[in-house]
Amino acid sequence: MSISATDTDKAATDSRLDRRFAAVRAESRAALVTYITAGDPGYDASLATFLGMAEAGADVIELGMPFTDPMADGLAIQHATQRALKAGQTMDRTLAMVSEFRKQDQDTPIVLMGYYNPIYRRGVARFLEQASDAGVDGLIVVDLPPEHDDELCLPAAQAGISFIRLATPTTNSERLPSVLANTSGFLYYVSSNGVTGGAAPTAEKVEAEVGRIREHTDIPVAVGFGIRTAEQAARIGRFADGVVVGSALIDLQANAETPEQGTHDVHALTRELADALRSARK
Amino acid sequence: MSQSTATASLRQGPDAKGFFGDFGGRFVAETLMPLILHLQREYEAAQQDPAFAKELAGLSADYVGRQSPLYFAERLTEKLGGAKVYLKREDLMHTGAHKINNALGQVLLARRMGKQRIIAETGAGMHGVATATVAARFGLDCVIYMGSTDIHRQQPNVQRMQLLGAKVVPVTAGDGTLKDAMNEALRDWVTNVDDTFYIIGTVAGPHPYPQLVRDFQSVIGKEVRTQILEKEGRLPDSLVACIGGGSNAMGLFHPFLDDESVEIIGVEAAGEGLDTPRHAASLKGGKPGVLHGNRTFLLQDEEGQIGDAHSISAGLDYPGIGPEHAWLHDIKRAEYVAATDQEALDAFQMLCRLEGIIPALESAHALAEVIKRAPELPKDHLMVVNLSGRGDKDMATVTHHLADELGLNPDAA
Repeated sequence: MSISATDTDKAATDSRLDRRFAAVRAESRAALVTYITAGDPGYDASLATFLGMAEAGADVIELGMPFTDPMADGLAIQHATQRALKAGQTMDRTLAMVSEFRKQDQDTPIVLMGYYNPIYRRGVARFLEQASDAGVDGLIVVDLPPEHDDELCLPAAQAGISFIRLATPTTNSERLPSVLANTSGFLYYVSSNGVTGGAAPTAEKVEAEVGRIREHTDIPVAVGFGIRTAEQAARIGRFADGVVVGSALIDLQANAETPEQGTHDVHALTRELADALRSARK
Repeated sequence: MSQSTATASLRQGPDAKGFFGDFGGRFVAETLMPLILHLQREYEAAQQDPAFAKELAGLSADYVGRQSPLYFAERLTEKLGGAKVYLKREDLMHTGAHKINNALGQVLLARRMGKQRIIAETGAGMHGVATATVAARFGLDCVIYMGSTDIHRQQPNVQRMQLLGAKVVPVTAGDGTLKDAMNEALRDWVTNVDDTFYIIGTVAGPHPYPQLVRDFQSVIGKEVRTQILEKEGRLPDSLVACIGGGSNAMGLFHPFLDDESVEIIGVEAAGEGLDTPRHAASLKGGKPGVLHGNRTFLLQDEEGQIGDAHSISAGLDYPGIGPEHAWLHDIKRAEYVAATDQEALDAFQMLCRLEGIIPALESAHALAEVIKRAPELPKDHLMVVNLSGRGDKDMATVTHHLADELGLNPDAA
């Protein structure tokens, strides 16, 4: 799938994320944002899953950078992280996956997601240069709230990489402006308090919250946490600009008999989710 | 004994963003940010509220048993043949360690904030016991996260927590020690933000925890100051305390930071040796990084993956250290050294035999440094060691390691 944004995006912004969300909006549907952990269950299988993700219907792909202490993640991503690290995943390998992807796809935005320490240890400047060279479009770093924008968010913006912030049910209206201030690409609305893979929220509640956020910003709002099925995705996709699915895909990879089967299953669910979003508003 | 007047006070930190120099901060998920900002406001209000201070002081005296004695360890001093060694007897406080000072302070904050549910992480179990104790005292629900390795080696404390009405949740991730318990407690907190108060047990975590835990533990150093002036008519020459996260040490050190004549020594756990991968000395063997809400020294590899710490003492088995210690190390106001498992076991036995006091294995690390240092010092050197806890909880571990030496057979029963 290759969407050309040039004729739909009159604002002519130059980020892949902006172009992709504009193109998807023009099709009157929500973007499918998928998450997999880089290197899970091993480098080759993870690369195969990743490379076929856009073809299967993902509009934006989040690639998790494994970290030993994923404090905001539930069991699915904790285990994925452990499998990846055990299989020898490193930051170099994660960035190499993005470079491989860019050889075949210049349009699909890639967002690296994870925790600050592996970036901090590598050195922010070095990391940003390498991420930019590899073709990374955005970063989601869970443990960097706006209070610490000078650490990575602002340097990333200078390097042309979007810093995508999480907003949560606890992010009150007083706090929302600072959460939005240096966010670009999209805003990731975490629909329930808790860790990834938790309970699914009610769509009505989420819709009200997304409405509240939209009073403060024009940037696309993607909703995640607890969305596992095509049906759930479609319900959220009726009003959100994007729908994020992660743990459900990770579980498929984990439960498959072989890594190849895992890749196949992940792509199958991705297709199902993409189809659901295409028909959600009809 | 000159007070530092030329330079700014070292006791003013952290700054508005929660930093001590480069260390500290609020590196947490967005879900928790409104909550820790709220906690900070509540804490500032409590500090201005005489009723809060009064309630804390009353319970500290009548419930905890403060003040704790400053005891001249006469036979230990005689044996070492140098510095005059005083023990600050936190081991005599209710629940058997300094941890109760902080748990009590935080539970009073939780009540101010109207929280009905208390969670905590624990390593050796002393913070878990202290938390379960104050939760019982105030009729609050209590869940304690504890690594499965630690549950195994600190059984008596698990039973105490359960008797006190707390639910003890085993954490099997990682090595099943303190770091993993803290991850799990953070996951609980992020899931139950509305009704839950997280009582962090050490001077680490996101701002304002390092500050408020330090403040609640500073009662130790404040008492020492008064007590040593009464007994000796002057300030001590050196302070020694063990460090995992560093709360007992910070409680002793902080009131003396501006007294340039007072030498400050923190003792990390060297486990099987600093030249092996099996230790817990984050300052001696770690690098700056970000974990559990703060920037500090961490045991980690080149990739920024956190290492598993090792110490015979569950309470020191943590790959990080409180950010204020990282800063004091950085500016060289305090000296940080390390003691091995074996050195701690030797010190443990020495205190048992010479003073009739069974120390916690954590505190035995501080004593190990005293044993190295005191003989080289003049007899008028005043050394205060924080005896942060008692060793009842460590019987199984010690018996296991010293079975042959003591003629004990742990399997005989």
